[in-house]
Amino acid sequence: MSAAQRNDAEMASTVQQDTEQYLTFILAGQEYGVDILRVQEIKGWDKVTPLPNTPEYVRGVINLRGTIVPIIDLRQRFRLETISYGPTTVVIMLKVLSEAGQRIMGVVVDGVSEVYNVSANDIKAAPELGEHVDAEVVRGLATVDGKMIILVDIDKLLAESSLLAVKK
Amino acid sequence: MTFDMKQFLLTFFEESFEGLDVMESALLNLDVGAADAETINTIFRAAHSIKGGSATFGLSQVSVFTHSVETLLDEMRNGKRAVTRDNVDLLLKSVDCMREMLQAARDGGQFNADKAAAITTELEIVLGKIPGARSPSVAKSQDNTATGHGWKISLVPHADMLKTGNDPIRMFRELQGLGKLEVKLDATKLPALVDLVPEDIFISWDIVLRGDATLAQVKEVFDWVEGDCELNIVPLGVVATTELAQQDSAASAPGTLTAVPKPDDRRHADDRRASPERRGPAATADAGSIRVAIDKIDALINMVGELVITQSMLHQLGTEFDMSRLAKLQEGLGQLERNTRELQESVMRIRMLPISFAFNRFPRMVHDLSQKLNKKVELKMSGEQTELDKTVMEKIGDPLVHLVRNSIDHGVETPAARRAAGKADVGTVHLNAFHQGGNIVIEISDDGAGIDKHRIRKKGIERGLLAETDVVSDERIYELIFEPGFSTAEIVSDVSGRGVGMDVVRRNIKDLGGTVDIRTELGVGTTFTIRLPLTLAILDGQLVRVGKETYILPLTSIVESLQIKRDSVNIIAGRSEVYRLRDEYLPIVRLYRLFGQNPDSEQLEGALLVIVEGDGKRIGLLVDDLLNQQQVVIKSLESNFAKVTGISGATILGDGRVALIMDVAGLIKSSKDLPPQSGTKDWISKNATVAA
Repeated sequence: MSAAQRNDAEMASTVQQDTEQYLTFILAGQEYGVDILRVQEIKGWDKVTPLPNTPEYVRGVINLRGTIVPIIDLRQRFRLETISYGPTTVVIMLKVLSEAGQRIMGVVVDGVSEVYNVSANDIKAAPELGEHVDAEVVRGLATVDGKMIILVDIDKLLAESSLLAVKK
Repeated sequence: MTFDMKQFLLTFFEESFEGLDVMESALLNLDVGAADAETINTIFRAAHSIKGGSATFGLSQVSVFTHSVETLLDEMRNGKRAVTRDNVDLLLKSVDCMREMLQAARDGGQFNADKAAAITTELEIVLGKIPGARSPSVAKSQDNTATGHGWKISLVPHADMLKTGNDPIRMFRELQGLGKLEVKLDATKLPALVDLVPEDIFISWDIVLRGDATLAQVKEVFDWVEGDCELNIVPLGVVATTELAQQDSAASAPGTLTAVPKPDDRRHADDRRASPERRGPAATADAGSIRVAIDKIDALINMVGELVITQSMLHQLGTEFDMSRLAKLQEGLGQLERNTRELQESVMRIRMLPISFAFNRFPRMVHDLSQKLNKKVELKMSGEQTELDKTVMEKIGDPLVHLVRNSIDHGVETPAARRAAGKADVGTVHLNAFHQGGNIVIEISDDGAGIDKHRIRKKGIERGLLAETDVVSDERIYELIFEPGFSTAEIVSDVSGRGVGMDVVRRNIKDLGGTVDIRTELGVGTTFTIRLPLTLAILDGQLVRVGKETYILPLTSIVESLQIKRDSVNIIAGRSEVYRLRDEYLPIVRLYRLFGQNPDSEQLEGALLVIVEGDGKRIGLLVDDLLNQQQVVIKSLESNFAKVTGISGATILGDGRVALIMDVAGLIKSSKDLPPQSGTKDWISKNATVAA
């Protein structure tokens, strides 16, 4: 390895260490971010097959190229006011890690926004967030271009236990 | 030879373990006193090949040990030794020992050398020989005494002798150990190089062995090639010929072909052995390999051929398509569908194995267990050829073992008790398998004492599973024996009584999507019935519509479908609806409520009710419409989501939409939890029993 190559490699690793890329989406006017490496693809909203005996926010399942993938409505998950799905409504397919391995799940959001580089220093611990958002699913808050972005821990958000909570 | 022997070694182990299984089952079939000659021959042949193979691969301990076994078998075969219970038991023990040795050799582990030595000694005592004699003589008859001069041996191998893995050089080396050896090669039949078949052997030998060797010792060297060659052994100086081994006259070779046997030829021979051309009982127990009958593969290849033809036809149609050819296109697509379905079926068939693979272990187990428990048990098996999926087979093995052990330990009584009850001394355990619809049904029945429901009830109350005052159905009581930790055995033995097992049995069967039922009568016997899906990947489904959604009911769980007649609907306690079907009262489950759909109509009159059965219980499901029936490929919901009550999986319909597959047993269970039906279920079933 030449000196220049090593330099490049070091630089690349510093970049990776310090900043992470986040895909942000909009939910009721607020911007949320998820680790972009966890995003498999983004799809338009399509009809789902509803699942019985599951919480309200589990909209149902779709056929994603031969596998059955559940779709979660994030507005309902965060107990926000529901709106009817429009042309900007999208489904983000996420890779969720759990003890059982990797699972693919889709989340319905109002629309996707941007991809930001967020450095680790810019992420602040979340304060008490009130009753709309469960504090544990928030990884932190980041400020980019003067806007606040809520960084979501999707593994906790989409953990199996939360998906099977009894329907009220 | 340093080339890779490993693959042959694996084949050898595989075949040897099969051989041991054959020996074991044949030994168990031997009627003491009146043994069938063919059965003894079968055992002998299996032992013989194991001995040969192990000698070839340098497993001398195995071959020496097997030799003693073989000697005993040989004497039995010749009628020199009676087939007694003791001898059979000794042979069974030997089979175990050989299996241990081979397993140790395969896994590089250690076997119990003391045990092997003990059995060897036992064998030698039985054979009436001095302990420690290394190579026992096969037969003491014939002109076997040492001549003091030697033997003249003429060896003319049949063309295919090498294919059986025999190497003349090895035999010569062995002969060398017996005395001074002179070998003369006869290569007159060697053909021109162009006609030479390298795998065949066409040279012969004249051998002179000088020394004190007995005829038996010399014959032993040629044990393996008996039938594969023409062998003449005469004492030196004697002119007469004694034909010793000439069984297969048909195997004489076309005279034009000859070959020079090089050491390398053995590789070809072994290659042949390793190739899966021998069909026979297939499947090995080890990791993920499967032996498939050749006709199944042939069918598959034919099917693929047809698929290719259909594809090329469609391709041609597609390149020059206009609307006038629409009919042709549709016809082609129809053909494609047929091809696909057939192909799917044949691929599934590859995974299907006869259930005898799961049953095979039982004769031995029953034999050992009944001796240990001082009971007399006869094992009957039927339907061994019933096929089921390999995965299902692997997972059903342990539950079956548990159930059979239970039958022998708890079910069948001791001979004295049986006599007192007026039954024959020998109890019967019957294993039966058959297909029913898309299921395989396995029954384990015994003619033993049956299950005492009062005892179970008492135990259940003791353990707090039932209240003293509970009035429960018999089925519910029998189901208690599947509860974890439940046992009524007074003495915990190493056979059973610890109460682990039955809950595992039920869980394993449930994991496979199957059910287990008990039928028992005190003093008459008990039958466990296991129902399993034939395969885990595909299911015959009935598509039903509820509201706007399509759901799939496994066809095998549907009992019947009917239109509701108003006067057959009863309402219990003002809330629960039951339907009177002949003599039964079935709870009505409005699926649209369960699944949160908007139905076509909430009226019961004239609506469609599908009667389904699961876990031995029946309910009626209210649906809006019955659609077509089709095979569906089961996709897991759990891989990306979680288990959902009442749903066993999902599938993708022709239009790409997802349809959920209903889990009938789960629906029945969860229907009890629904508010409209809660608390009434027991009442209904009680009523139903009264009515019946």
